[in-house]
Amino acid sequence: MESPGKLIRLDDMDNVLIARCDIKKGERILIENKEIEMKTDVKLGFKVARKAIIPGEKIIKFRTPIGSATVPIEIGDVVHVHNIKSDYSPTYTIQNQNEYEGH
Amino acid sequence: MKDIEWKGYARKDGSKGIRNVLLVVYLVECAHHISSEIASGFNKNEVQVIGFGGCYPNNHADKVMRRLCTHPNVGGALLVSLGCESFNRFKLAKTIEETGRPVSTLVIQEEGGTSKAIARGSEWVRSALYQLQNTPRVKMGVNDLTIGTICGGSDATSGISGNPAVGLTFDRLVKEKAITIFEETGEMIGFEDHIASRAKTEALGDELRKSIQKAARYYSIMGHASFAPGNADGGLSTIEEKSLGAYSKGGQSEITGLLKPGDTPTLSGLYLLDVVPDGEPRFGFPNINDNAEISELMACGSHIILFVTGRGSVVGSPIAPVIKICSNPDTYERMEEDMDINAGKIISGESDLKDISNEIVFAILGTAAGNKTASEALGHQEFVLLYKSFQPADPSCLP
Repeated sequence: MESPGKLIRLDDMDNVLIARCDIKKGERILIENKEIEMKTDVKLGFKVARKAIIPGEKIIKFRTPIGSATVPIEIGDVVHVHNIKSDYSPTYTIQNQNEYEGH
Repeated sequence: MKDIEWKGYARKDGSKGIRNVLLVVYLVECAHHISSEIASGFNKNEVQVIGFGGCYPNNHADKVMRRLCTHPNVGGALLVSLGCESFNRFKLAKTIEETGRPVSTLVIQEEGGTSKAIARGSEWVRSALYQLQNTPRVKMGVNDLTIGTICGGSDATSGISGNPAVGLTFDRLVKEKAITIFEETGEMIGFEDHIASRAKTEALGDELRKSIQKAARYYSIMGHASFAPGNADGGLSTIEEKSLGAYSKGGQSEITGLLKPGDTPTLSGLYLLDVVPDGEPRFGFPNINDNAEISELMACGSHIILFVTGRGSVVGSPIAPVIKICSNPDTYERMEEDMDINAGKIISGESDLKDISNEIVFAILGTAAGNKTASEALGHQEFVLLYKSFQPADPSCLP
């Protein structure tokens, strides 16, 4: 069970939930019947861990693997480029683009 | 949807268009300014500019240009050549003429320079527009339409609201005997077996699988997936996650065929457009931006483009009206004038997929009947045509 209106569970197999609105740091949110205090702001559409995820574990969204964890992820953490990576090709952001230009 | 009809434009080659555009076509970048100057003297929705910038010959560009100049929404074309470029203007003019459309070629070096070329070109456009006024009208229905779809400026909402709503709409269009086209094999990497299993025939399934493996190889040589920094800012973490959302645009129908740019299907169904060049990578990234893909969807006959955006794209296109479907409710609020449909209502809980699909169907029908889309009203006519090389599609790719 999640806080209604704040998070969407796309599929029962998923280990991430989707924020359906912006959520503020410090807000207390229900995830899997546990009350979790958000460590950071979460933006609409971003992923939140539904349970603890260990490094190397697949991230499952809509029953589909979308990458692997690179560090331990705790329940309620935002799941994004800082803690997961693609199993196919690297994700480039403006911040790491210099690395790309030298590619 | 089935009983709805509107008046389209009957072309002498038998095709039916929803717009009656006169194109001014530059055949090399050197003729671009003169083409734009000629078009600027006329109504932006009636006279539109497209072109190919390169001076070196390319079969793909030739084919796409032939298809675009004889697109159902196009009534005629003025070709603008500098005079020394290698684009085969004679062949293009002949192709257009054979479809019964008015065509003229302006050679800037023969006209005696910029001002004279603009004057001569404008004069021809004026007379051709007069001719286009007499284009016969013809009844059209959903089964006469070819609809292409693309997503651009995607974020994490695209795959949850806008893309699945387009997918549901595609399923309904296919049932109504329309032709539907989705694209970007580079955003299907990892799904090749699943996509192959949806093919009408086993041989087509093999071709679909190969096209996605080709994309995977091409992008890995390029060292970059079909992924922009804005995608990550919008909550998409990996190419797999972006693909998951992009893939849902195609809906659930059986896949009828696999197209190369410029192949024009005639039987209704769902087609995948293979945008990744064949052979060794030669000319850079498969498609450098969204408009490069829109050009290819139009070259396959798309009358209308359904464009899903989360971050907020503003682009439109010449020839085919672009219907903008905004998947993110916050983006819609910020950029409402650029959007036709607010699929973000699915996320805020005000609407469901079915409601938004209904809105998309109404927008398609209204646009087909002549209503201007947001990007048409705002004058967006971005256009990009690239160097590419393709082998003809395997015979098993088409029904």
